[in-house]
Amino acid sequence: MAPRKTERIVNLTIALLVAGRYLPKTRIRELVEGYHGLTDAAFERTFERDKDELRELGVPIEVGGYDPLFEDEAGYRILPSEFSLPPIELDAEEASVVGVAARVWQHASMAESTQSAMAKLRAAGVEPDPSALAALEPSVQATEAAFGPLWNAVLERVRVRFTYRDGSLRTLEPWGLTSRRGRWYVVGRDVDREATRMFKLSRIGDVPVAVSRPGAFEAPEGLDLRTLAAKLDPQEPTAEALLAVRAGKAPSLTRRGRRAEGTPDLAWSADGREGWWVGYGSLPGMAEEVAGHGADVLVVEPVELREAVVGRLREVAARAGAVAR
Amino acid sequence: MTSQAQVRRLLSLVPYLREHDGAAVADVAAAFGVSPKTLRADLNVLWMCGMPGLSPGDLIDIDMDAVDGEGVIHLSNADYLTRPLRLTADEALALVLALRTLREIAGPDQRAATDRALAKLEGAAQATPTGSASVAVTSATEDVRATLADALQRGRRLDLTYDTATRDETTQRSVDPLRLFVLDGYGYLEAWCYRAEGLRTFRLDRIADAAVTDVAVAPHDVELADLSAGWFAGLADAPVVTLELAREAAWVAEYYPTETTAPGPDGGVVATFRVTDPAWLRHLLLRLGGSARVLSPSGAGDAAAEAAQEALAAYESVGL
Repeated sequence: MAPRKTERIVNLTIALLVAGRYLPKTRIRELVEGYHGLTDAAFERTFERDKDELRELGVPIEVGGYDPLFEDEAGYRILPSEFSLPPIELDAEEASVVGVAARVWQHASMAESTQSAMAKLRAAGVEPDPSALAALEPSVQATEAAFGPLWNAVLERVRVRFTYRDGSLRTLEPWGLTSRRGRWYVVGRDVDREATRMFKLSRIGDVPVAVSRPGAFEAPEGLDLRTLAAKLDPQEPTAEALLAVRAGKAPSLTRRGRRAEGTPDLAWSADGREGWWVGYGSLPGMAEEVAGHGADVLVVEPVELREAVVGRLREVAARAGAVAR
Repeated sequence: MTSQAQVRRLLSLVPYLREHDGAAVADVAAAFGVSPKTLRADLNVLWMCGMPGLSPGDLIDIDMDAVDGEGVIHLSNADYLTRPLRLTADEALALVLALRTLREIAGPDQRAATDRALAKLEGAAQATPTGSASVAVTSATEDVRATLADALQRGRRLDLTYDTATRDETTQRSVDPLRLFVLDGYGYLEAWCYRAEGLRTFRLDRIADAAVTDVAVAPHDVELADLSAGWFAGLADAPVVTLELAREAAWVAEYYPTETTAPGPDGGVVATFRVTDPAWLRHLLLRLGGSARVLSPSGAGDAAAEAAQEALAAYESVGL
């Protein structure tokens, strides 16, 4: 069954490619053997489905050219210039990076898409050869169940509906997908709230469903996912803390700070500690980070930060010897 | 195998076989990522296809004797399918994102090649909405990336200045670089570390400095793990710790790989983790303060409690 169908669709493609003009449906029915012996209704149904499949593959079928000989019947054609991949030539270095790119996606349907893109490039004479870059293994993961449906929705500009973790039902015009620190986010217009929103895919509780036809909206011109996603980064520093750091410790803090000069009279400097000024954006966030370093990092000032850190440490210290309930 | 995937493949196979007359069945199957059996089935379908007209002279001609005999493919009489189909938006964007990810860990030469390849691909697939997806990789500075690429390419030992996460200090190491990879949005260098005398993985954003030496890398009897299984493969033998996380600490169960999760009291979460490094757990518990509690095994939180007591004593001793 399946080979017969493949055969029919390939023959339909070739017939439309070589015709050089619009072919009316009745003529197509004669030309393509796979349509022989079908009732009128079965032919109509099969032909419509075949056209849909070809369009899904990206085959550009044009409708038009109402041939007077065939009265008002619509004709179909595929222009070779629209069908064919434009010439593309890659030098050896470019072909090797493309070869590496072929194995990047760790997601079944995305890996399949890359594979099929590579087949087309090979058919166009490109010979991807990753062997020169065998020590490079970039990868992209997408484990979230919502990824596949949203990827298609973004490309087809289809409105989707899903349930977010807070229990709210959202209708979204998805403009784009962006991954940060290995997590995927979808950006778009929340239709009910009439606002731009970003959702974390791992917090989508169900599988998003399409609730519109393709091409239901346009993403804004010049959409900049990187800028939108930058909101996910830690806040810009708005305050500075003076920290007493054991020499050589806590590089994650000191690398973004500067040495504090001229504070040798403080007791902590006799304790083998160095003074560091380090900026922060959120006091609770900074308290959490500093507390994680334990005795290696003490807060000198501001007092509010020190109290927040000491408070956390007391809570943890109180758990000493605690027996699991 | 859906017929749609087969149609897609056949439309590429015809121009490919025209370009590669006499190619071996095994090589063609490998190039298309299918088994030789699937390829043979493809050829069976293909030779029933051709120009409308249906006389034998209209069909695509494949020398099936050569396929079954010498295992090579000769295809002819398909002059109307000289070019593959255009890339779909899906294919082009998948490839563009893969190249952009590679770019994030590449050295200057590979980066330039990647940029050229990207420009050519985008030129050949103009309707692709390349702005509608992006991948960020936390990686090293440009200087460090250039040094790593150079050392890998020339097979030279590296001197690294590396900020360790677990011991919370800066270390100097001599390493033989083996590979660069990206996993879950972070770039890593995998190398033989002479200080640890073993295979070690270094997060690129924690490499503060790197210098290439004149020493050639030595051979090491190590097997690099298959990355497709992610980090989980390496965690299988690690001991299990169960934490009760209050609502404000529930992010931890999302951020780190968990074995199991269940709802906890007041909107919190009870989560089980594989803990490879006790220092990681100590650091995490210190950060979370009162919003995390070890449920099992008993004593797993003691190191954090002792570290907190030590810190409180330090505040005391310096008069803060």
